[in-house]
Amino acid sequence: MSAPAPHATRPAGNEDMSSTVRAFEAYGDGDWDDIAREAIGEERIVVNMGPQHPSTHGVLRLMLEIDGETVTEARAGIGYLHTGIEKNMEYRTWTQGTTFCTRMDYVAPLFQEAAYCLAVEKLLGITDDIPERASVIRVLMMELNRISSHLVCLGTGGNEMGATTVMTVGFTAREEILRLFEAVTGLRMNHAYIRPGGVAVDTPEGFTTQAREALTKVRGYLKQLTDLMLANPIFKARLTDVGVLNLSGCMALAITGPVLRSTGLPYDVRKDNPYCGYETYDFDVPTAKGADCYDRVVLRVEECYQSLRIVEQALKRLDHTEGEPVMVADKKIAWPAQLAVGGDGQGNSLEHIKKIMGTSMEALIHHFKLVTEGFRVPVGQAWQTVEHPRGELGVHVVSDGGTRPYRAHFRDPSFNNLQGVSVMCEGGQVADVVVAVASLDPVLGGVDR
Amino acid sequence: MGVEEAPSGFLLTTIEDLAGYLRKASLWPVTFGLACCAIEMMAAGASRYDLSRFGMEVFRASPRQADLMIVAGRVSQKMAPVVRQVYDQMSEPKWVLSMGVCASSGGMFNNYAIVQGVDHVIPVDIYLPGCPPRPEMLINAILGLHDQIQNTPLGVNRVEAARAAEAAAMEATPTFEMKGLLR
Amino acid sequence: MSDVTPGGDQGSALTPPAGAATFEVVEVKKGMFGAHGSGDTSGYGGLVTPVAMPAASARPYGSWFDQVVDVLSEVLTDGGVAPDQAIEKVVVDLHGAASADAQQAELTITVAREHLVAVCQALRDDQDLRFELSLGVSGVHYPHDAGRELHAVYHLASITHSRRLRLEVATSDDDPHIPSTTSVYPSNDWHERETYDFFGIVFDGHPALTRIEMPDDWVGHPQRKDYPLGGIPVEYKGATVPPPDTRRSY
Repeated sequence: MSAPAPHATRPAGNEDMSSTVRAFEAYGDGDWDDIAREAIGEERIVVNMGPQHPSTHGVLRLMLEIDGETVTEARAGIGYLHTGIEKNMEYRTWTQGTTFCTRMDYVAPLFQEAAYCLAVEKLLGITDDIPERASVIRVLMMELNRISSHLVCLGTGGNEMGATTVMTVGFTAREEILRLFEAVTGLRMNHAYIRPGGVAVDTPEGFTTQAREALTKVRGYLKQLTDLMLANPIFKARLTDVGVLNLSGCMALAITGPVLRSTGLPYDVRKDNPYCGYETYDFDVPTAKGADCYDRVVLRVEECYQSLRIVEQALKRLDHTEGEPVMVADKKIAWPAQLAVGGDGQGNSLEHIKKIMGTSMEALIHHFKLVTEGFRVPVGQAWQTVEHPRGELGVHVVSDGGTRPYRAHFRDPSFNNLQGVSVMCEGGQVADVVVAVASLDPVLGGVDR
Repeated sequence: MGVEEAPSGFLLTTIEDLAGYLRKASLWPVTFGLACCAIEMMAAGASRYDLSRFGMEVFRASPRQADLMIVAGRVSQKMAPVVRQVYDQMSEPKWVLSMGVCASSGGMFNNYAIVQGVDHVIPVDIYLPGCPPRPEMLINAILGLHDQIQNTPLGVNRVEAARAAEAAAMEATPTFEMKGLLR
Repeated sequence: MSDVTPGGDQGSALTPPAGAATFEVVEVKKGMFGAHGSGDTSGYGGLVTPVAMPAASARPYGSWFDQVVDVLSEVLTDGGVAPDQAIEKVVVDLHGAASADAQQAELTITVAREHLVAVCQALRDDQDLRFELSLGVSGVHYPHDAGRELHAVYHLASITHSRRLRLEVATSDDDPHIPSTTSVYPSNDWHERETYDFFGIVFDGHPALTRIEMPDDWVGHPQRKDYPLGGIPVEYKGATVPPPDTRRSY
């Protein structure tokens, strides 16, 4: 190869680098520190931000080499939250995999669950057999999670810049949505609700009324947030023209999600490769032109409004499909438990217990085997992507015909998007690093898995 | 200095009460949110489950200015030295609340990557189970810690209490010897 | 057979379709319960089950798959690479769909590692292929697939044509080198570092191949099948629960 291979941090095709990269000649026979100091001769400081830092969105370590206030090099160090989830999933059944993958990106857990379950369903070959009500519930939960995830992003972003009220408003709005999650799944976070074959349990009585009331409140809080942030001159000054990453940069780094849409490309997996019936919902994919942090904030708020549209349509469908099953009909795969809220706040419904303990031995054996051993998934591999609030989440699942995943790999959008930190921050100021990272919205649980 | 040499008795008890009250009343946590529990910790600090009622809404980024380290989330092998360093940088008196099952015992992640309980790395004063614990559970644990702090003996009393605790622990049956209690 | 084997018919995976190449056995499961030495007296311990990944599919693949493979072969030939040397196997997974037009149908192209960069370049640059996004590298370790233990799986997406493609490259444990695709898809930078970290696959030509998730001085590659899960037995009042990888599995 005659020319050096083009690489992300070098301008494409630009062979003459003397204008952009400072070159030094250094020779000597002492310690490297002395040689470097002689050669470079000026004050360059390496600042380590994190892993414990209030504004790194989790345990992200940023190593910044700064020259005065300007960042000359920015490198991200990750792995401080590596949990070995993917390897752990190889030792649990397919259904238990949901409880593990849900904890990867903990701000938007339902997306990991949905992507994983869709991939497993592909391997099982039951993609077309998932009941409509289950798909509607999945869409509803995912869109609510999208809103709550964006609220966390906007809230923590505002907090990092010193605007604590943005955080309190954002989190209060999120509490409304968490209450809905609690009503349906029993938990505020890390739900393990979407299971291969459908969802674990149906929505409770009166849920759609409760949801509609909550949505009105969420709209109110979103309005408060936009009033607080978008016209504020300090906010605008700190966010406009910061962290710019244009379309070619995004495509080179395979950055997806709001960051890509802020460059103008309306790429959304829900439109491009729909799943769970998204092609039947009426919603728009907002884009922006400026590709800076301010545009991404506006975009995320707009996405919240679009998600609210989808949620309303899903709630109508929920009303229409009242009483329909939420798990696949094949009893060899469907999660057997008919969960209900009992006297102690948890457990199986009494009819189901009466049946399996009282009347049918086969039903008991069946329930037992399905829960402890799990179902078997045919040999093969599958790939499923979903539109995660941070980008395109992909799941690569390999089965060896057994009851446990042979390999489950998650292509987390934050992991990929964090590669853009260097490109976004170098040349800017130190304070802009915080804003740029906030606009990328990394969640280190997903990055490190 | 002063307190350690004060003789036991009425004066020391009053100082203990006063010191306990002052220390617990505005316990400032250091921002040590690691994973999912951090989001619930932030929710506890937000306006619905207000930690500001307890004087704790100020999460200090600098460990030098903080009293309480809420280890919220799973501690990975790579993060463990950082936990230790931040703990060492905090000045006395300091307390540690291990929030969530991952920080208390490794949680659901019994594998190569996670330290099975942050008490392998730092001394913990109060453990809070949950995955993740609700903000109300966190507040419950914090109030439990407040009680502990209120009742902390000082000076001579502390030396005696430590000796008594050690003697009791030597007498007691270790947990894994307590057979038959698992159900 | 399907009412005996829950979740699908496992037997069909071992019968290659007529005219297809031989299938590759990726795993041989011995015994029924995973962990050994657990005092199992059921007699299922002697069971030996070979597991084979789906065999190569026969033409016509259906939908846009034929076109992609044909255009790719053409571009490779123009570039001086013999397509039948570069493309080792083409598999079409229908995943229960009736035809390859269904959305869940997937195309997997197994590529020889020497020609990986050329194939990626062709897939990215040719206007009929235009797979602009590389959605990462996923490593898989098949210890029983002799000579081809380490697989690296690339998923590509084409925004222009709204398509998804899987590329698979295999290399052996003794020589775990695969050429790096960062010259074609710079986004694979961190993904390749991660695959190196977890599987030990060395990507030649990567600008800075170092550990990314594990601490820098970690020994071993954790997600390989010969690396233990590393859990500890959990003791409580009088009872011990063994770590997950030593418990019986089914």
